Amino acid sequence: MKKESKENIKHSSLSDETPTGAGTIAVKVDDLTVAYNYKPVLWDIDLEIPEGVLMAIVGPNGAGKSTLIKSILGILKPIAGSVTIYGKSYEKQRKLVAYVPQKGSVDWDFPTTALDVVMMGTYGSLGWIKRPGQKEKKAALEALEKVGMLAFQGRQISQLSGGQQQRIFLARALVQNASIYFMDEPFQGVDATTEIAIINILKELRKAGKTVIVVHHDLQTVPEYFDWVTFLNVKKIATGPVKDIFNDDNLTKTYGINYKVSIQE
Amino acid sequence: MIFLLSQKVLDITKYIELVFTDYTLRTITLGTAILGAITGMLGSFAVLRKQSLLGDAISHAALPGIAIAFLITGAKDTNTLLVGALVSGLIGTFWIKSIVTKTHLKSDTALGLILSVFFGFGMLLLTFIQKQPNANQAGLDKYLFGQAATLVESDVWMMAIVTGLCLIVMLTFWKEFKILLFDADYTKTLGFNTRTIDVLITVFIVIAIVLGLQTVGVVLMSAMLLAPAAAARQWTNSLATMVFLAAIFGAFSGVFGTAISASQNNLSTGPVIVLVASVFVGFSFIFSPSRGLLFKQIRVIKNRRDLELHKTLAFMYHIAETHENISHPHTIKILNNFQGYTKNTLSKLVDKGYVELNGKMWSLTQDGFKTASNLYNQQNEINE
Repeated sequence: MKKESKENIKHSSLSDETPTGAGTIAVKVDDLTVAYNYKPVLWDIDLEIPEGVLMAIVGPNGAGKSTLIKSILGILKPIAGSVTIYGKSYEKQRKLVAYVPQKGSVDWDFPTTALDVVMMGTYGSLGWIKRPGQKEKKAALEALEKVGMLAFQGRQISQLSGGQQQRIFLARALVQNASIYFMDEPFQGVDATTEIAIINILKELRKAGKTVIVVHHDLQTVPEYFDWVTFLNVKKIATGPVKDIFNDDNLTKTYGINYKVSIQE
Repeated sequence: MIFLLSQKVLDITKYIELVFTDYTLRTITLGTAILGAITGMLGSFAVLRKQSLLGDAISHAALPGIAIAFLITGAKDTNTLLVGALVSGLIGTFWIKSIVTKTHLKSDTALGLILSVFFGFGMLLLTFIQKQPNANQAGLDKYLFGQAATLVESDVWMMAIVTGLCLIVMLTFWKEFKILLFDADYTKTLGFNTRTIDVLITVFIVIAIVLGLQTVGVVLMSAMLLAPAAAARQWTNSLATMVFLAAIFGAFSGVFGTAISASQNNLSTGPVIVLVASVFVGFSFIFSPSRGLLFKQIRVIKNRRDLELHKTLAFMYHIAETHENISHPHTIKILNNFQGYTKNTLSKLVDKGYVELNGKMWSLTQDGFKTASNLYNQQNEINE
């Protein structure tokens, strides 16, 4: 089982079908500047994310990667700049967008079950007051099955491993059935099996024409996992297809040290 | 002995009879029960939001409101004073929130600051009022520690109505409350106005606290909010059950607290209720099956013993494996090299029928061999 999925990754190598970026723009960021108190965290970011890419946002700690996602999603208020999703504001398009926050951002000792957390993904389309019913439950169970967590549906969330918790978060976003997925470090603190399971799901999403944007830390896996990359360190350093711009020059500019990444054949 | 016991039972039945017949006792019992229920319910939200201390700050912040309401109206009417408490409690709460969002200060600092500034100002006003030549001024200080005996029927009605309202709002916005408590940022991305939900929860917490000031008082009020919720969390992994249990624990704290204070020379009711609530907490911390200290410790000890036993059995299995006849006897001395071995574990293995002893020799039984080989295979699977 394990070996099979490893092979899957190699087979579904993305290099032959890399998007050109000439198509529709899914997310457009203009002159975005965000500051906590006086210190700018993001400085004058212009960014166009084409539809259908699987994009990594890379950069050192404190580069503003999470902040960028949170500003696009309207969680943080920028001091300048604007964001559009398919040409309209986030408020108007939020049903097209799903979000997977960092696993560490919530208290996993909260008294609730795995299924319950995944059901939360349906709350947005339900709107105020209306309760989730059978339809929502069915969608949540399907999402749990997709991430291989169906057997854990009734489990209290604190009794799940880090990898399982991450899968639950992914399932919650899948339930939203969005066009654009934002994920904040989905591979942080998960084991190899979960990492493979997650990346396979992300690639499936991409194949289905969805746009997936991932804050990513492991530079070694960027060429293997992603077809699009944005280098970020307070300012935007570069953005484009991995095969064109994922090189030592941009890595050095982003990380400030002479960075050599050995890209495996 | 039996006489004493029956005497006690008689006392209790007599007390219960009194609760239903005596107006004052009935009012106080009902009042403290309802108060315990609503504070327990709302306290669950405060505890899960990690805002346990917010209740403390709110109740202290209410004190100047009571004093100012008295200064303005010159009357000691409970409802007027509580409206004053409500206003200054709300002001305090929203100051705390804006300090946290607008300055570098952390929420614990903001809470501490507002709590002490408002309480200090309130105490100042109280001493000022006491020096006034107004015959009406005495007794305002009862709001410091509360005085359940002053509860009248209209107060209880007020509590019941607010509790009912709170229940309706909670059931209506249950889904929104739950998701906000668990993951506020995510809630925002789904298009919910998190501020509205937040304000709704906070306003209800403030109202519940203000309602309790007359009974439990400024100083101890936060315990009513936290203790039932903390106790309830130990028994369940479902939010709905937790809120329900917290309400039950709170209500029983009220009833038992009133009973104890009424039957023991009129001990001050507020503190007794708080102590009863903390008994619930202590009991839950120790005896909860899944999260309690006792069962946790028992599980640790049991696991350790099982492991020791398994280690010894696995060691024996390795020795027995080398012989054609698995029940070939070996000397006990071999086991001395082995750390998992004690006389105790050996006799336990005999009890379980895994091992037979014959003088200074031991041998594995068929059953023991089978169990050990299962263990051994499991071990290998884990390593793979």
